[in-house]
Amino acid sequence: MSDSSPDDGFVTFDRVQKSYDGETLVVKDLNLSIGRGEFMTMLGPSGSGKTTCLMMLAGFETATSGEITLGGNPINSVPPHKRGIGMVFQNYALFPHMTVGENLSFPLEVRGMGKSEREQKVKRALDMVQMGNFAGRRPAQLSGGQQQRIALARALVFEPDLVLMDEPLGALDKNLRERMQYEIKHIHESLGVTVVYVTHDQTEALTMSDNVAVFDDGRIQQLAPPAVLYEKPDNAFVAAFIGENNTLRGKVDAIDGSTCSVRLDNGSVVKALRVNVEGTGVQSTLSLRPERVVLGEGAAERPNSFEAEVLELIYLGDHIRVRMNVCGDDEFIVKVPNNADGRDMKVGQKAPVGWSIEDCRALDPS
Amino acid sequence: MAQADATMMGGAGASSGTEKLVTAEGVPLKRALERAQRRRKLMAFALVVPLLAFILTVFVFPIAQMMWLSVKNDQIVNAIPRTLEELRDWDGRELPDEAVFAALHADLMEDLERPRREQATGPMGIRLNYELSAARSAVSRTARAASGFEAPYKEAFIDAHRLWGDPELWRIIKREGRPLTASYYVAALDRQYDEDGRIVQRDENRRIYVSLFGRTLMLSVIITGMTFLLGFPIAFYMSILPMRHANLLMICVLLPFWTSLLVRTSAWIVLLQQQGVINTGLVTLGIIDDENRLSMIYNMTGTIIAMTHILLPFMVLPLYSVMRTIPPSYMRAAKSLGATPWTAFRRVYFPQTLPGIGAGGVLVFIISIGYYITPALVGGQSGRMISNEIARHIQQSLNWGLAAALGTMLLVGVLALYWLYNRLVGADSLKLG
Ligand SMILES: Nc1ncnc2c1ncn2[C@@H]1O[C@H](COP(=O)(O)OP(=O)(O)O)[C@@H](O)[C@H]1O
Ligand SMILES: [Mg+2]
Repeated sequence: MSDSSPDDGFVTFDRVQKSYDGETLVVKDLNLSIGRGEFMTMLGPSGSGKTTCLMMLAGFETATSGEITLGGNPINSVPPHKRGIGMVFQNYALFPHMTVGENLSFPLEVRGMGKSEREQKVKRALDMVQMGNFAGRRPAQLSGGQQQRIALARALVFEPDLVLMDEPLGALDKNLRERMQYEIKHIHESLGVTVVYVTHDQTEALTMSDNVAVFDDGRIQQLAPPAVLYEKPDNAFVAAFIGENNTLRGKVDAIDGSTCSVRLDNGSVVKALRVNVEGTGVQSTLSLRPERVVLGEGAAERPNSFEAEVLELIYLGDHIRVRMNVCGDDEFIVKVPNNADGRDMKVGQKAPVGWSIEDCRALDPS
Repeated sequence: MAQADATMMGGAGASSGTEKLVTAEGVPLKRALERAQRRRKLMAFALVVPLLAFILTVFVFPIAQMMWLSVKNDQIVNAIPRTLEELRDWDGRELPDEAVFAALHADLMEDLERPRREQATGPMGIRLNYELSAARSAVSRTARAASGFEAPYKEAFIDAHRLWGDPELWRIIKREGRPLTASYYVAALDRQYDEDGRIVQRDENRRIYVSLFGRTLMLSVIITGMTFLLGFPIAFYMSILPMRHANLLMICVLLPFWTSLLVRTSAWIVLLQQQGVINTGLVTLGIIDDENRLSMIYNMTGTIIAMTHILLPFMVLPLYSVMRTIPPSYMRAAKSLGATPWTAFRRVYFPQTLPGIGAGGVLVFIISIGYYITPALVGGQSGRMISNEIARHIQQSLNWGLAAALGTMLLVGVLALYWLYNRLVGADSLKLG
């Protein structure tokens, strides 16, 4: 996403707002730029406005204000059928009265393509999703996973530059969902098509995307590649929404360049990376990933080190989750590898915990 | 304990020497299941019985009765059995000979002895009158005078009523002197018997029923088409409205159901008659001349307008219930695939509404083909339908046999059309709600 790339702004949202009822904004001031060939995921809780954004891009909803461009051209007044955007719907929306082959042939037919060319493309698209033998079936005769593949093939068969997917895997079971995630990713890479993908499943977003836009309350909370999102959340919402997260609340005592010290409600002082604090005296949320906390040996050498009590042990096979009381917080989670040390742990036992400054991020108070 | 049970059961199975499955109590599984299900079957039966009885008494039985009436023909057989016996060898050309008249006299005399309510000459006169007008008065006048007749009876009968000298009457007596007849159907098809007993078409000016059937069919098709043209957009609009507004619109559609027939009809008369609201409005606006007021009621137009109005809900309801279940994402998907809104509608949306169109169409068509009251009130002469003719025969001409024949033909016609529909489209694709 460097400014030098010419395909940087293949799709852009420029100060886009959307209201359905004229009273509340469902999408508030959306600015987003998607590069050509990028796999961009909109991630966020239900009701955060993801689908609305996708529908505005597809042309089924109009932006209340602001501008959306595609390939450099504003598309606010282009009707959906002229946008040439492929779309995979959550319920697949395969036409029930047509066979699989006719479904795939439909976008080619309405473009006036000849019969032999159509057949060829349909076959290629079906082969791509490994459904080559299903052209004569009706959608109702297919399983959920198969329908999903057909919907994908139909959205791609007319070779659009941009494909939108709205929670396409939401209705599938876990195993199938994971397999489809890799397949979609693979297809994206081999075709080089731009994908805007909507999901509320963070694992899905992290697995598949080049960039993830985390939505909440009609705003993008953070836009970043998956690793950055996980390692360096910009605010408390993103930290809590992506992955597991320990939060400690307190007031900023002092700021020292890129670090700050925060006095927690029980009086302990924690040193943390200054990410999203305005100044001293304000409330802040400290975010700390469970796997970055050291328990027992070596904890005392860390810049932040506290005495903690084990409240609960949850055995998870490869690791053990330990719920502890740290600095007055009863919900503090630490992950311990399943080795001799971990197994010896007992409820009620006291042990030191510690972590480094850069693993503990001081964020906004929310 | 469990061990002991198992051994006991094993023992029982071994001693009976069969592989039959038994329950823990040793009862054969099949019998146990039957017993368990008997109650449920009885229950189900008890729930259906009232409806079954109701349908039998008010539907199946009267229809069977009607079909029977359309062929029943015992009036003449009951009244003059001896005469019919004598007529058996008659060639049907010249007037029958004296023996026949003597037999007729004997039959009439015997009938006179019977108690008044059992006398059979009255029904015979009515029956003959269907075939030949004045036959009824011939029979009744002669029956009254017959006790004074002396041989030769031929002259006496012809003196009493000249019709007895007409071979036509005797041909009818001979032809209809059988317990079953096809003559009502012959008449219902605008045919009649000629002198040689062959079935031929009636005179041009006396043919009514075939063209009336044709008109009924045509009106039904037009009305079905009109309800479709009006109902489809309404149903579509309702299906995309939020539930609250859709219900409001639904009430407007259902309003004809809730208004009394007379109110509705009066409303149409007020609107459509020559001095009515529409005509007056058009004249006032100068669109038509005062002399050329449109006639929109007491003719076919009146029937079409009023029946379309009344039957609209039968089209809208099935359409609406089908359209409600079509998710908007189909249209969106079609558009995202590059189809213009019209193509998306034609290729994707419309085909999915076909079950509703089929159901609504069959419903409206079948109801309108047998519709009676509206054409009677606003149809005038040209807007009459076959049911009005049936009603006329039941209420005025009292020719129930002919009415029954027309009704049976209507019923068979509807069943045949339904069968055809089923062959072409499949009844299981109907969606009524
Ligand atoms: N067609 C609509 N009319 C009115 N409100 C809507 C409509 N679609 C969505 N909304 C509202 O907009 C908000 C965002 O919805 P949506 O974009 O579907 O969120 P998401 O896809 O992130 O779950 C929700 O509060 C929802 O109730
Ligand atoms: Mg959504």
